[in-house]
Amino acid sequence: MGKIERLTMVEAINLGLREEMKRDSNVIILGEDVGVDGGVFRVTKGLLSEFGATRVIDTPLAESAIVGASIGLALYGKRPVCEIQFSGFMYQAYHQLQSHAARMRSRTWGAQTVPMVLRSPYGGGIRALEHHSESTEMIYTHIPGLVVVIPSGPRKARSLIKSAIRSNDPIIFLEPSFIYRAFREDISVEEEDLYPLGRAQIVREGSQFTLITYGAMLSVVKKAIEKGISQNGWDPEVIDLLTISPMDTETVIESVKKTGRVLIVHEAHRTGGVAAEIFARIQEFAFLSLQAPIERVTGWDTPVPFFSRENVYLPDVHQIECAIEKILKF
Amino acid sequence: MPRVKIPLYDIESLSILAPDGTCDKALLPKLSRETLLQAFEWMLLSRRLDEQALRYQRQGRIGTFAPALGQEAAQIGSALCLTKEDWFIPSFREVGVSLVRGFSIKNYFLYLMGFEDSNVDLKGTHNTAIAIPVASQCTYATGIAWGIKLDRKKAAAIVYFGDGATSEGDFHEGLNFCGALKLPCVFFCQNNQWAISTSRKQQTASQTLAQKALAYGVSGIQVDGNDFFSVYRATSEALDRARRGEGATFIEAVTYRLSVHTTADDPTVYRRKEEEEEWKKKDPLLRFRLYLQKEGLWNARQEEVIEEKIKEKIKKGYEEAEHFRSANPDPLAFFDHVYEKMPPYLQWQKELATQKIQGRNVIKGASEKKGGSGGGAAAVGELEEAPEEAKD
Repeated sequence: MGKIERLTMVEAINLGLREEMKRDSNVIILGEDVGVDGGVFRVTKGLLSEFGATRVIDTPLAESAIVGASIGLALYGKRPVCEIQFSGFMYQAYHQLQSHAARMRSRTWGAQTVPMVLRSPYGGGIRALEHHSESTEMIYTHIPGLVVVIPSGPRKARSLIKSAIRSNDPIIFLEPSFIYRAFREDISVEEEDLYPLGRAQIVREGSQFTLITYGAMLSVVKKAIEKGISQNGWDPEVIDLLTISPMDTETVIESVKKTGRVLIVHEAHRTGGVAAEIFARIQEFAFLSLQAPIERVTGWDTPVPFFSRENVYLPDVHQIECAIEKILKF
Repeated sequence: MPRVKIPLYDIESLSILAPDGTCDKALLPKLSRETLLQAFEWMLLSRRLDEQALRYQRQGRIGTFAPALGQEAAQIGSALCLTKEDWFIPSFREVGVSLVRGFSIKNYFLYLMGFEDSNVDLKGTHNTAIAIPVASQCTYATGIAWGIKLDRKKAAAIVYFGDGATSEGDFHEGLNFCGALKLPCVFFCQNNQWAISTSRKQQTASQTLAQKALAYGVSGIQVDGNDFFSVYRATSEALDRARRGEGATFIEAVTYRLSVHTTADDPTVYRRKEEEEEWKKKDPLLRFRLYLQKEGLWNARQEEVIEEKIKEKIKKGYEEAEHFRSANPDPLAFFDHVYEKMPPYLQWQKELATQKIQGRNVIKGASEKKGGSGGGAAAVGELEEAPEEAKD
């Protein structure tokens, strides 16, 4: 095991980036304010002084060019990790992701690939101004060729950023800003931890019903089941998706076959959300195992409201408890 | 064939009132005593509102915001050139212009308390809502200017943005449209030297930002953005040209962000104290006050009266916003404005939301440590420290 450090998610991603930059001199970081400032959330803090201005680059303010240049750097042979300051500013770069990053492999049959990572904070709960609280993972999930990864805590964040950097596919690595500093986890800093992309994690094994979630919502889900487990004998199986696309269908289906009851929780909009896709896959592969209609607790089909009303938008413990009771009582 | 020079115009730089209060009388715009005093009062109000908002933010009464401290001459100098018919398209750091354009202090605070309700009074005005994604407003400003041209109105659109925005595609695309279609639009750039931690020099290799106008065939000028008179003169000339159908202008107002990018930012990480001190000497208020004093238009007694009046105004505006917040605003109102007619499936979701919040006060303040979804960072950036132990 070696040395253990208790890190926040910000520190854990910073550690993962540092480790990969040490391992491979082709890994470079670019984006707005990632250098001297260390990123607005300080995820890249200290990397400029450690690796120098040729590997940690403060770019002009231009998201499309940050992503487009990363594609070019990747085609050339570098391993770019770019940061878009908030996922609400990724739309300018959508064109580059959709038209080039995602398609380069398929249109050249693998002759040219785009091994890049795009990191961006996302999600609600931080009382921010507009465009800083959305969960837009499905925009990228809908694009074949992109890998969408969302960590749910410090340990997985450090591990997954490393796996992402080593992957030869373009990765959208979305960091839930709500839990950037919400809690710490023990991390064995000398151990090489590379959790595979495309694999979900069963956070809690159980037999009664299946709870599927990811990102900041995992913490809310855990809180929502505490009382039910200790007082009502609930026995949920909790799945943390980790990679949203391509999704680990097998882990989901195996669990559903075991429990027959399913609740999915995410803060993104309801229509066309991750839950909708999981509904479809369960219908395809485990329909006859269902004991109750599948439930979902999601953000509403409205823009995320300004922060005074954000609590109405974000899924909460009470909603999850009610939904669990519903699938159990059916 | 020989190599020949293509004659392009040179970029002008305009400076009328120096930091020591001396000025070039020949270039001085002709303004009445009342206008000058009013201008100073607006600048002072903008300054004090920012200062007070910073205090409120630190006390947890309002959320993150972007102060315009140091940019008052650029903002008030340009805002006072506008008529009601002109259109004002802001980014997110235009508190001074917004005040002149009739935004209430109450609504300003309501926005910073996280209420869409703050934007409702925009109805019927020629002002648009704050645009946060950098430079994104440059393209719809173009469309507004186009509408003005199509209707042959004697008016113009003015769009505000910063030095960082000139690196974004939307800025270039919008300005090119304005050139190609000869649209009545003023692109007003407040070059405050810093895009968060990125300096003006890191942002672009261009010697000036104003020269970008050349590429799009529109007029371009650089002005001393801390000099009210330079800004006023250049903006009124640009608006006049636009209203006469002579096309767009790009104005680079050279100024300085004396404070933070937003309240989540810490400039000590990336810029030197000495640089800030140098710019403080060029403070737009100091120099304008000096001028007014020299002209015998201003004295300490007047300033005292005005300061008191401003203090009251800000206090009243804040109290009105606070009153709104505490008077149980409808927590579900945001469902009602997604579409003109609410789709049935959204109506059903609104009913679920009603059940969700039953009997609970869910309106969120700017700084409670715990939200309805369980702990977490209350602010962007590292102002919020992590709890030692995980609840996990």
